[in-house]
Amino acid sequence: MSKIKLANHTIQIVKDVCAEFENKEGELINILHQVQHKLGYLPAEVQEAIAKELKIPVVKVYGVVTFYSFFTMVPHGENPISICMGTACYVRGAEQILDEFKRELKVQVGESTSDGKFSINCLRCVGACGLAPVVTVGEKVYGRVAPNQVKEIIAEYSNKNVTDDV
Amino acid sequence: MYKMHLLVCGGTGCRATQSKQIEENLRAELKAKGLENDAQVIITGCFGFCEKGPIVKILPDNTFYVGVESEDAAEIVEEHVLKGRRVERLLYTDPENKEHISDSKHMGFYQKQIRIALRNCGFIDPENIDEYIARDGYFALGKVLEMSQTEAIEIMKKSGLRGRGGGGFPTGLKWEIAYNNKADQKYVVCNADEGDPGAFMDRSILEGDPHSIIEAMTICGYCIGASKGLVYIRAEYPLAITRLQIALKQAREYGLIGKNILGRNFDFDIELRYGAGAFVCGEETALIHSMEGLRGEPTVKPPYPAESGYLGKPTNVNNVETFANVPVIFLKGHEWFSSIGTAKSKGTKVFAITGKINNVGLIEVPMGITLREVIYEVGGGIKDGKMFKAVQTGGPSGGCLTEKHLDTPIDYDSLLAVGSMMGSGGMIVMDEDDCMVSIARFYLEFILEESCGKCTPCRIGNKRLHEILKKITEGKGEPADIERLKALGNVIKDTSLCGLGQTAPNPVLSTISNFEDEYLAHVNEKRCPAGQCKALLKYEVDENLCTGCTLCFRNCPVGAITGERRQPHHVNQSLCIKCGVCLEKCKFNAILLT
Repeated sequence: MSKIKLANHTIQIVKDVCAEFENKEGELINILHQVQHKLGYLPAEVQEAIAKELKIPVVKVYGVVTFYSFFTMVPHGENPISICMGTACYVRGAEQILDEFKRELKVQVGESTSDGKFSINCLRCVGACGLAPVVTVGEKVYGRVAPNQVKEIIAEYSNKNVTDDV
Repeated sequence: MYKMHLLVCGGTGCRATQSKQIEENLRAELKAKGLENDAQVIITGCFGFCEKGPIVKILPDNTFYVGVESEDAAEIVEEHVLKGRRVERLLYTDPENKEHISDSKHMGFYQKQIRIALRNCGFIDPENIDEYIARDGYFALGKVLEMSQTEAIEIMKKSGLRGRGGGGFPTGLKWEIAYNNKADQKYVVCNADEGDPGAFMDRSILEGDPHSIIEAMTICGYCIGASKGLVYIRAEYPLAITRLQIALKQAREYGLIGKNILGRNFDFDIELRYGAGAFVCGEETALIHSMEGLRGEPTVKPPYPAESGYLGKPTNVNNVETFANVPVIFLKGHEWFSSIGTAKSKGTKVFAITGKINNVGLIEVPMGITLREVIYEVGGGIKDGKMFKAVQTGGPSGGCLTEKHLDTPIDYDSLLAVGSMMGSGGMIVMDEDDCMVSIARFYLEFILEESCGKCTPCRIGNKRLHEILKKITEGKGEPADIERLKALGNVIKDTSLCGLGQTAPNPVLSTISNFEDEYLAHVNEKRCPAGQCKALLKYEVDENLCTGCTLCFRNCPVGAITGERRQPHHVNQSLCIKCGVCLEKCKFNAILLT
């Protein structure tokens, strides 16, 4: 893997979390949840550090990280946008909303914009099916989103003035 | 004592539309009027009628306010609490006779429902154990602890309760098998990894009535001889996790879990384990591997978890809704429970009814009710007066049923017989605008993401199915493709390792058998009858009907529409992204879809 060296305080965070779970292999998923919560994502170097603490091969950690959709190896944007792709949202036009976000921000699902401001992800069911289609930006939930609202939602989070072209 | 209770829905849906703010405003208004000792504001679990949220219910007069906004708090307090007059404009309007209905029991949405698993949702404060106890909570546990283990298991068997996670395995029998396997340590696991997209039954129960799950797991622990319980819950359900943690702490303080429960020689405690987003973890063996910190891959059964489960010990896995039924069975008796439902499916089933339906929400109906009753009476019919086309039950593992199946009674066996399944309780209603080929493709996309990759038929077979479906929706299908889908689908069903793979082709096979015409139109005529497959569509302006109002021009997100005011407009096909906004906005039916 790469030769990037983690900052000492990052290594300390990993060590502390692992110690909290007594460096037990069976707690791997809980450890990953905690570390991702603290660091925002789980890059390869962090996975190596976790493997070292738990005395297990890195491949085992990597296998778990890539298996579950909740874990990510790339950092989310400052404003993570999630489009609900549950069936209820899908039949009420979620795909069009997703296409609109992809087009406006010029990124694909799972990517962040180059300025790090936005990232797009799909998720399966927020549980607010009455409001379908649903989009969340951070903690905020937008319900009954129409394709032409996408621009407005993005503008809400952009500091730069968005020029209105109509 | 409070004279009045103001119940505010704190379910995820209503929370997303500012129910928290409504609660705060109500409290502030009550305080301002000096009424804080007369009326109490309570945040409850989901009322179920999500379509009309946020919901505020007032007791004791049972007034049910819908679509409440935070600014309405002042009027509710001033008029209803202080002056005793209902706020008419916030009442539900009957869609047929346009009359206001103030009591939820007279609404079509609630009339056919029987709430057993959801008995406390929207009724009690889920963060207060005393309210649960006031509703006979933990009374069933007390009763069970006076029985022998086999007596209690016998009651479960006689009740006829079957697993609500989708499989429908008899719960009492499952407990008996776990009881009969002797071991120094056994485990009770609650499967709260609700992965079916578009379904939120388990989440609502955990959010609205967490103590019922704790009580039921403890009962199960006593019956099978386990001292430890684990709830495997999705990390994406923060509210449910918080409420469950609060409930566990309270139950521990009251001595209802922990050591020597209710003074008996019986110990039981519950821990949480977090899922990390993997649909396959709904499968028992995969779930157990995930709890052990491994990749959630299923393994061949036998051995069943009841013999060798979590850490190799006998483990009983039940789903949230199954557990929610347990305390009631002991309270009201197995005869009462088995009197509801059909010959082989007893009790009720909770469904998250969503899609193109008027009353989106969470419902609990007796087994044996027909799909028609659920869709047209409880669900209030199809949105915007459109034509019903299909109803999908069982999520990505289920099938799409059509008009001719509407009188099928809802129970495990009848749904299987018509090519779908009960599933965990997702029910998605589709109208004439939904393309069945796209729906099948959508489900396959989900399966592709969620297949764990362990066995070949599921990993590769479903990918091929998806490729063929994609080809068809892009207008590149050929007649032989439909046969290929059928043949491959059946092979995947027969040869996959676990339930996910064995049921993955169901949405494809059921749409082919019920909507073959639609597949043929895509393949032979390169036409999408529902007007949804983008590659097969073209938006154009009918010059005779266009009045040049510029509405489409102003709403087009890509500037593909041009034209002068009061002159017919045009769509530039090279720019058009086929989003359909122009069609939706045009008031003169001048946008043609060809």
